[in-house]
Amino acid sequence: MSDAGDFRLQTGGRIDRERRMRFFFNGASYVGFDGDTLASALLANGVRLVARSFKYHRPRGIMTAGAEEPNALVQIGSGPRVEPNLRATQVEIFDGLAAASQNCWPGVEFDIGRINDFVSRLLPAGFYYKTFMWPPGFWHLYEWAIRRAAGMGRAADSADPDRYDHRFAHCDVLVAGGGPAGLAAAFAAARAGARVILCDEQNEFGGSLLGGAEKIGGKPGMDWVAGTLETMRWLPAIAMLPRTSAFGYYDHNLVALCERVADHLGEPKPGQPRQRVWHVRAKQVVLATGAIERPLVFADNDRPGTMLAGAARTYLNRYGVICGRRAAVFTSNDSAYAAALELAAAGVEIAAVVDLRVEPGAWGEAAAAKGLRVIAGSAVAAVRGAQAVKAIEVAKLGIDGASLAGGREIVRCDLLLNSGGWTPSVHLFSQSGGRLAYDDALGAFVPGKAAQPQRNAGSCNGAMTLAECLAQGFAAGAQAAEDCGFAPVTPPMPELEPEMQATPARHLWIVPSLKPVGRGGKQFVDHQNDVTAADLRMAAREGYRSVEHLKRYTTTGMGTDQGKTSNLPALAILAEATGASIPAVGTTTFRPPYTPVTMGAMAGRMNGAFLDPARWTPMQRWHVRAGAVFENTGQWQRARYYPLGGEEMHVAVEREVRAARTTVGIFDASTLGKIDIKGPDAGKFLDLIYTNSFSKLAVGRCRYGLMLREDGYVFDDGVTVRLGEQHYLMHTTTGNAAPVLMWLEDLLQMEWTELKVRLTSVSEQFAVVTLSGPFARKLLAELTDDIDLDPKAFPFMSWRTGAAAGIPARVLRVSFTGDLSFEIQVRASYGIALWHAALAAGEKYGVVPYGLEAMHVLRAEKGYIVVGHETDGTTTPHDLGMGGMVADAKPDFIGKRGLRRADLLRPDRKQLVGLRLADGERRPLPEGAQLVDDPGQPIPMKMEGHVSSSYYSPTVGAPIALALVKNGRARLGETLYAPLPGRTAAAMVVAPCFFDPDGKRLHG
Amino acid sequence: MLLITCPWCGPRAELEFRCGGEAHIARPADAMNISDADYARYLFMRKNPKGWHYERWNHAAGCRRWFNALRHTATHEIRATYKPGDRKPEPPR
Ligand SMILES: [Zn+2]
Repeated sequence: MSDAGDFRLQTGGRIDRERRMRFFFNGASYVGFDGDTLASALLANGVRLVARSFKYHRPRGIMTAGAEEPNALVQIGSGPRVEPNLRATQVEIFDGLAAASQNCWPGVEFDIGRINDFVSRLLPAGFYYKTFMWPPGFWHLYEWAIRRAAGMGRAADSADPDRYDHRFAHCDVLVAGGGPAGLAAAFAAARAGARVILCDEQNEFGGSLLGGAEKIGGKPGMDWVAGTLETMRWLPAIAMLPRTSAFGYYDHNLVALCERVADHLGEPKPGQPRQRVWHVRAKQVVLATGAIERPLVFADNDRPGTMLAGAARTYLNRYGVICGRRAAVFTSNDSAYAAALELAAAGVEIAAVVDLRVEPGAWGEAAAAKGLRVIAGSAVAAVRGAQAVKAIEVAKLGIDGASLAGGREIVRCDLLLNSGGWTPSVHLFSQSGGRLAYDDALGAFVPGKAAQPQRNAGSCNGAMTLAECLAQGFAAGAQAAEDCGFAPVTPPMPELEPEMQATPARHLWIVPSLKPVGRGGKQFVDHQNDVTAADLRMAAREGYRSVEHLKRYTTTGMGTDQGKTSNLPALAILAEATGASIPAVGTTTFRPPYTPVTMGAMAGRMNGAFLDPARWTPMQRWHVRAGAVFENTGQWQRARYYPLGGEEMHVAVEREVRAARTTVGIFDASTLGKIDIKGPDAGKFLDLIYTNSFSKLAVGRCRYGLMLREDGYVFDDGVTVRLGEQHYLMHTTTGNAAPVLMWLEDLLQMEWTELKVRLTSVSEQFAVVTLSGPFARKLLAELTDDIDLDPKAFPFMSWRTGAAAGIPARVLRVSFTGDLSFEIQVRASYGIALWHAALAAGEKYGVVPYGLEAMHVLRAEKGYIVVGHETDGTTTPHDLGMGGMVADAKPDFIGKRGLRRADLLRPDRKQLVGLRLADGERRPLPEGAQLVDDPGQPIPMKMEGHVSSSYYSPTVGAPIALALVKNGRARLGETLYAPLPGRTAAAMVVAPCFFDPDGKRLHG
Repeated sequence: MLLITCPWCGPRAELEFRCGGEAHIARPADAMNISDADYARYLFMRKNPKGWHYERWNHAAGCRRWFNALRHTATHEIRATYKPGDRKPEPPR
């Protein structure tokens, strides 16, 4: 045959034989066709061994043809475009695709971890828990080796160059799954006029019809699919999304989809995202997610060449690939016979059909009529061949199904198909909150009571014939549209071939082998995590009776496949072992995502600079050009200091502080929160939310306010300005602007609804330039000629309007430095012009821009608090020495009653004080350092307080600190100690003010 | 993610809202004359039911209005949303 594979048939399948694709697997080069998956192309090329198993490193082959694949996990791409944990059965090949087995080292053919298989008696269930937890603290040593051997794939070596998108969509009916039932549902709903979104995880719609050979209306099933899609294309309101997995079903009918926009291209086209996550809010949802075939649990059921019967059918019909030359089929039910008959017709020799059932019924007869050998009432007792299936041993089953009877017959084969029945894919249904019901005939759970506006159709709903699937699909689509208010249209059922008479399945959860369970060949239940029937039984014997515990202890179902093929057999085995019924044992919780979703898709555009928006003041570009070092305050980026000529931080900060104390400093204070408060009750409202009074504040004046929470603790502080009789401007701390606004809105809307007050956030509407220092007035005078700056005309804590550098401005004479200080507020767009003008005018006064760090030093020198430094959510105004600001005479304010709580009145509460260090000590105390009376006392020491702010003060010429100390105001002059790593620092308690205690500079 | 009906704006995605905890907690009128224990109950004690719960919500990234909701904490069913001052609906039996 051709270089496109010895196992490829000359005709058939949905591949494009004109479009050859060269791809690489574990370094070797192969050729496949457009339309192939990596799995089908490898099988066509006769590649059997694709992975090593997780724990025992046993050789593994491709077992399935879909999302449920537990073995063939691959990593594709290289460099920044690496993606691990992909299922070869879902990877579409493209020219140049490079894929590698994930779980083998040094290589898939020779694998050093294989030793684990021979010592497997030492590696039972719970092995990691039992072994590596001792001695305590050694886990970190074991973990490295275990993780390395486990082979979880490798992360990319640099940032992902691709873009990922998120999209929000609304529709009447979302149909998840585009097989016969889903197509029928989408068609019926769209015909009724509903807005429909139809998605399917595969590259083509058709579901089971893609890999089957059923006829609809006398023609191949895929012709019906094509016709239905063509009709739907002309309907106005339908979106059809192939390569789109519905991976999560959330509250209120929100379904998350992941669309693989460009994965099949290798690299996205320009402007194209690689993947796109859809958030679909649907009025009604129809789940048509199909069913997954279950492997049988028999000895050595993992040898490469062992495959699900339905998968072999798919490889044959969809890809024109035969997975072996001489196949044996092992089944518990009718469905595997279609595979046997179709493979036989394609020229594969069928060595035997081994059926667990004593009476295989109509399908058995049909197979026999085609000359196939059916061995009824029998089991595959053993598999021969380590790297690949060479033969099976077949034995008659005892009557109880738990033992073998009679002799064994060896049947030679290179392909072993098996089917243990079909498990409806109820993942999304269960995620939606729906209750599951156990169906004895299917031996599986089916949807029971729905929890959301939602329906199920097709094999996910337990329908196992094409006629049922189509009928349920049409009905579900029509009813969903009707529930959205559309007149239902039920399309006519197409003509179908007569169904073969069905024979019930024989569910045998552990197929007996030559030796008792655990002694002979391994009977794998979870192929991905290497959990065997013996492991599950042992866990049950050890007392794991809850399926959730069993899952975690044995790790069954905890791989990236989430146990799609293994969960049901595992809980059936637990039920048997504990003597409970399967529905009594129940299922584990189904959690999103149904299949793994990349972190890139989850993040979408919330990446890099878009992860969190950065807020810039209008003067930001100047700060950047001036070489400022920035600091984040919430989302604000604030200039921390402006190093000149490679200055270290402390040098720059000291220079900035000195300038602000001796000449004049300029500071960008635009980030302060600003709330415009208007209305006839504005003053009354402010009286209620501040501890002090604002209704009596004169127009033209400013006042510092403390805002408490109801519990009496300080929430925020700032200066509020009375702009007019019914008009105030509140300033909040930078970080609290949004929480304060929300709190004030809450009170006005929910508590004091009678107050006529309007709040508007104006934080970003104004730029604020602060001039501070002895020459601040002189500098301001250069900028304005219509504001009387005389101290008598413009006293401390007042404000004036006028022109500053020709710009309409409001000037506040307030201070957060303790020095003569003016804050010039202008419309944000004028901020940079004002900044430039002030710098130019200030040149002759030696103006120096200072950053956030210098501002902190300046305010700490004066003993001004910062919410979050001196307060920690349990600090009262009295603790801060601001008891005088609490207007107890007011009938009510937020926090008034809270302040009277017993604990807040305790005499030994921590109080704000200052700290000075021993002479000659130049190292500031670390903020947060604990203070003790006696550093020699045994640990744990009795703590007397903590350092809340600490800086080197150029003004004082020594380090200073603010601290909260028990009963601190009564302890001035005492020495406390800060035990620090490697040293103990002594500190004297002083009043919390190190600069201009009389306020001469402030008021000057 | 829930779908929450703002009484002013209509149904919107949960990410536009912020939950403000239990609703219908009256601020004591005569707070200065009630005991610490009673005041602590007002400040700190909140219901945490598995079942129907009256809650406050704020349409923070929308109209910024506060409103109340009757939500089931296990199923997330929202039986009603209503404006402040409106009579609170009865939970379903
Ligand atoms: Zn709203």
